[in-house]
Amino acid sequence: MPWNLDSDRPIFIQIVERIQLDIISGIYHPGEKLPSVRELAGIAAVNPNTMQKALSELERSGLVYSHRTSGRFITEDTEMIENLKASLAEEKISEFFESMTKLGFQKTEILTMIEKIIKGEQE
Amino acid sequence: MSTILECKNLTKRYGNFTALDQINISLEGGHIVGLLGPNGSGKTTLIKIINGLLTPTSGEATVHGKPIGVESKKVISYLPDHTYLNKNMRIRDIIDYFEDFYSDFDTKRAYDMLAKLSINPTDKLKTMSKGTKEKVQLILVMSRHADLYVLDEPIAGVDPAARDYILNTILSNYDENATILISTHLIADIENILDQVIFIHNGHIRLSSTVEEIREQNGKSVDALFREVFKC
Repeated sequence: MPWNLDSDRPIFIQIVERIQLDIISGIYHPGEKLPSVRELAGIAAVNPNTMQKALSELERSGLVYSHRTSGRFITEDTEMIENLKASLAEEKISEFFESMTKLGFQKTEILTMIEKIIKGEQE
Repeated sequence: MSTILECKNLTKRYGNFTALDQINISLEGGHIVGLLGPNGSGKTTLIKIINGLLTPTSGEATVHGKPIGVESKKVISYLPDHTYLNKNMRIRDIIDYFEDFYSDFDTKRAYDMLAKLSINPTDKLKTMSKGTKEKVQLILVMSRHADLYVLDEPIAGVDPAARDYILNTILSNYDENATILISTHLIADIENILDQVIFIHNGHIRLSSTVEEIREQNGKSVDALFREVFKC
């Protein structure tokens, strides 16, 4: 199944985001070997050069490292993964607040609504 | 990376009509290049010159620095826009034929792909649907270990599910240093597997860029840009 990619943003950025998410959500475990560029390009249905670019980007950020001959691996630095998770969560929350503010809600109102919804789920 | 295909000031005239006007293209190994343009823009003319089916009026095309001819045909695997295969032949006979004809033909690969797409090798070509015929031809072309694959409208008659498989076939079967030149109208379907695009219009190259550059600079897909540039 090809990956669902937006048509209006650079593809390699979306691949980076997708693999980051797969690492955070535990689809790829720390220290696990990644499939080859070719295989990943096939799975995602993207150009191998674009996949290569995305993986180089992930390497630069330290999330992925490569062994000269044996391939690419996910970092074993779990703290780095946790930090990435936290910063992504912050991003999502501020996006949420932004769109709620656009709808005309104050922060305190939003908080009350969230609490109400959580309570509703528990009942 | 070495240059595989080079076109210098390539011009083709049919009587008074100029189909290609001073085209310059240089393709290196290891890329998948989309040749995109509206109907009658010169795509097939260009492809036919690269494959030695037409001779240019002026200018030249070279493959690995040598003129088009026997040597270039050995390293180019070509999917034409019309079939040239004998419709009374069974697929396995066509495969034997290709094996005889091309030293770089990978018979096992061809049978593997046929099996994946549930195509029976003992069937005759003429009993097959348009889409299945197209699949067979693409399988034959992609089963060669060529340096340059030239595909003229490879997925036009194929259903979306098989299209995904075929794109995957293209991705996983071409050699790392080979280049694929694909002409098509179905840009949205193949955009993600391309890394370069050439827009051709009225025999001129309108744009030659990478897919990522187009997306970064225009904030839109190649498909959307194409619709804008060639708006009727």
